[in-house]
Amino acid sequence: MEVDVKNRKGGEFLIKSTDYQDVFTPEQYDDEQKMMASMCKDFLDSDILPHLDAIDRQEEGLMEKLLNKAGELGLLSASLPEKYEGFGKDFTTSLLITEMMGAGHSFAVALAAHTGIGMLPILYFGNDAQKDKYLPKLGSGVLKASYCLTEPGSGSDALAAKTKAVLTPDGLSYVLNGQKMWITNAGFADVFIVFAKIDGEHFTGFIVEKGTAGMSLGNEEHKMGIKGSSTRQVFFSDCKIPKENVLGEIGKGHLIAFNILNIGRIKLAAAALGASKQTSTIAIKYAKERIQFKMPIANFGAIQHKLAEQAIRIYAVESALYRAGADIHQKEEQLRGMGKTNEEALLGAASDYAIECAILKVAGSEVLDYVADEGVQILGGYGYSADYPMDRAYRDSRINRIFEGTNEINRMLILDMFLKRALKGELDLMSPAMAIQKELMSVPESKDLGIGIFAQEKEVLVQLKKSILMTAGFAAQKFMLTLSHEQEILMNLSDMIIDVYVAESTLLRTEKLISLKGEKEGNIQVEISKVYLNDAIDRIYLAGKNAITSMTEGDEQKMLLLGLKRFTKSTSINTKESRRKIAKKLIEADKYIF
Amino acid sequence: MKILVCITHVPDTTSKITFIENNSKFNSAGVQFIIGPYDEYALSKAIDIRDKQGVGEITVLNVGTSETENTLRKALAIGADKAVRVDSEPISSIFTATQISNFVKNNSFDLVLMGRESIDFNGGIVHTLVAEMLDWECVNPIMKLDIVGDKLLMTKEVDGGKEEIEANLPLVLGCQEPIAEWKIPSMKGIMSSRTKPLVVIDPIPVSIGSKVLAFEVPQPKSGCKMIDPSNLEQLVELLKNEAKVLN
Repeated sequence: MEVDVKNRKGGEFLIKSTDYQDVFTPEQYDDEQKMMASMCKDFLDSDILPHLDAIDRQEEGLMEKLLNKAGELGLLSASLPEKYEGFGKDFTTSLLITEMMGAGHSFAVALAAHTGIGMLPILYFGNDAQKDKYLPKLGSGVLKASYCLTEPGSGSDALAAKTKAVLTPDGLSYVLNGQKMWITNAGFADVFIVFAKIDGEHFTGFIVEKGTAGMSLGNEEHKMGIKGSSTRQVFFSDCKIPKENVLGEIGKGHLIAFNILNIGRIKLAAAALGASKQTSTIAIKYAKERIQFKMPIANFGAIQHKLAEQAIRIYAVESALYRAGADIHQKEEQLRGMGKTNEEALLGAASDYAIECAILKVAGSEVLDYVADEGVQILGGYGYSADYPMDRAYRDSRINRIFEGTNEINRMLILDMFLKRALKGELDLMSPAMAIQKELMSVPESKDLGIGIFAQEKEVLVQLKKSILMTAGFAAQKFMLTLSHEQEILMNLSDMIIDVYVAESTLLRTEKLISLKGEKEGNIQVEISKVYLNDAIDRIYLAGKNAITSMTEGDEQKMLLLGLKRFTKSTSINTKESRRKIAKKLIEADKYIF
Repeated sequence: MKILVCITHVPDTTSKITFIENNSKFNSAGVQFIIGPYDEYALSKAIDIRDKQGVGEITVLNVGTSETENTLRKALAIGADKAVRVDSEPISSIFTATQISNFVKNNSFDLVLMGRESIDFNGGIVHTLVAEMLDWECVNPIMKLDIVGDKLLMTKEVDGGKEEIEANLPLVLGCQEPIAEWKIPSMKGIMSSRTKPLVVIDPIPVSIGSKVLAFEVPQPKSGCKMIDPSNLEQLVELLKNEAKVLN
């Protein structure tokens, strides 16, 4: 894939503007990528969606059979290097495949666990012998993978794991003891990536093969959703594994766990996007068929508002997803050009964009939850019936806000990473924050707007970013090292940052779309982008206000609130009319189409 | 065995059908195009035959403008070896059949497969016309095909039953499900489809005796009225006076 984008550093969006020509958008997929997306859709339609009930019942052998078929199609090895019999596809293609398969409910979870957290630790941290041994078989589906990090007492606080590894006196093996929990694919996996502390101290990754003496599985967990995904506890009781199965460096297990999570997070957003689009389509079709008061409920404004709002949020998060994805791809190419190996390049790139990955994890999972929740509402009683598809969509959606780091952990990480990068001098947050302080003391100047379709909106974005820098800058100064204890403020600030990144991505995508296809083709997307920004401004104001009032008093508070008001000023638009236009387009198309 | 599979490029079965230019032309704006589903069964069967025999070559052919090339590429991704596009709108069944038979005459094929009918115009006669022009046998629609030695054993759907047919090559066959399992292109297939040959040839002239003046979309059926079983009289009344199907 040719990516002609000039990327900014990870996190730099907060202090700099981006030109639409420098972002990648879904309108730029090449023919091969479109064919791969269509292959995924064919596979879903023929092999997955007709069997969702059987998958959720965990019919014996079915999930393995479907994963094998995915392996035959090449879906498990799309992003594996050719050296390991993979297809070596770029990151954007791999996101697109993840998005398409994301509509596959429990199957999507099994697939993502296998190709993501299951396979990637070996690809990125395994030695040559481990890669040669496992990767081709994991890519073809002959072997299935699983990832064992969480324990009953350590979820978000992953490094508090109690599972222990002790080297045997002969120095040839490690003996594992401990318990892992919520392990996806455990029931049928052949290869388990296990984290344990050597001598209770050095957090390290291990590869454990199925059938190793001393390893056993708990029963299938009863879950709210993704019922077809195998989730079990995994127990290690004097489980002896050869020392060759240590994955990566001893004591550096956290590098595996956290680096893999960056990629996992952005991919989770991709999967959630695919599920959101499918859920929106179900809602649109139902709203057109359901007759009440002698007309389809799709004719009613309240329903049109919901249909439009689902689409607005989906389009917005999709814009951000592929923008970040291409930025990662570009960075990866750059690192490769600097002599890094393929593995180092992608890991390095994902780590550079870890802020964006965390933003997308939160945004993607929350968009899906919104879309599924309103989907239930649009279907009314039928939405609540387990015989209709919205029930499954609603239940399966919920886990996304929990796994791959809860959304709360991710929100805190966003701020944490920004501040760490600022402290290290990697991101210059200080100069713009100082400039804002100065600006606050001066009389607002009227500014000439730039040119282009979103000249006014872009100026609004510049101001919104100032509102964040002002509030975050004040919080950092006030609390210094104890800011991490002010979780409510961190939540407010990260909400502001997420909205700015997504709103900006939306505007950039639409601008690019118009440059590629003309204004007529993008007129509804213009409405989408404007409504998203319009609502984001109010959300940002509210989050900012809550942050400011919870850390200031008196004149200081007054001054900051005035500044916030100034930086979140905008002209209002008629969102009802915009949403009606958006809904009309969806209803005509009979599916999500943006 | 050299097999020619003729494929149509048709709107996805869920497309909204509308017409433009005084109802004389199909409105393709926003429509997703696919390989005709029956043609896709024909292609899947051709692949099964080639893969079982371990030798042979499958050519896919479409009569269409450059817009159909993605459809041909998909056929290559599914497993055809090469593709040919006859560069013209498929103006009529006679026109299309003439192009196909001309291509078969200029190239040697043992078997010509296609769907029982396209799902846009549903003419359902191109296979028969091609066979006539080539002076070959034609069987349509077939649901099952086995090759034993040099004999082709087929099951054909007929009104109220099935017919078992045995024939020799060369043949033209119209296919329908469940002749073969529908195939999804693999990643490998997609990547190799970019490098497989896709040849564009000019159509030969055909004199066309008819042309389409206008299309009409059927009116949607009116809603269904439910009558309680205890109200048989009301049902009779409605059948007589409203539906006018009883005297």
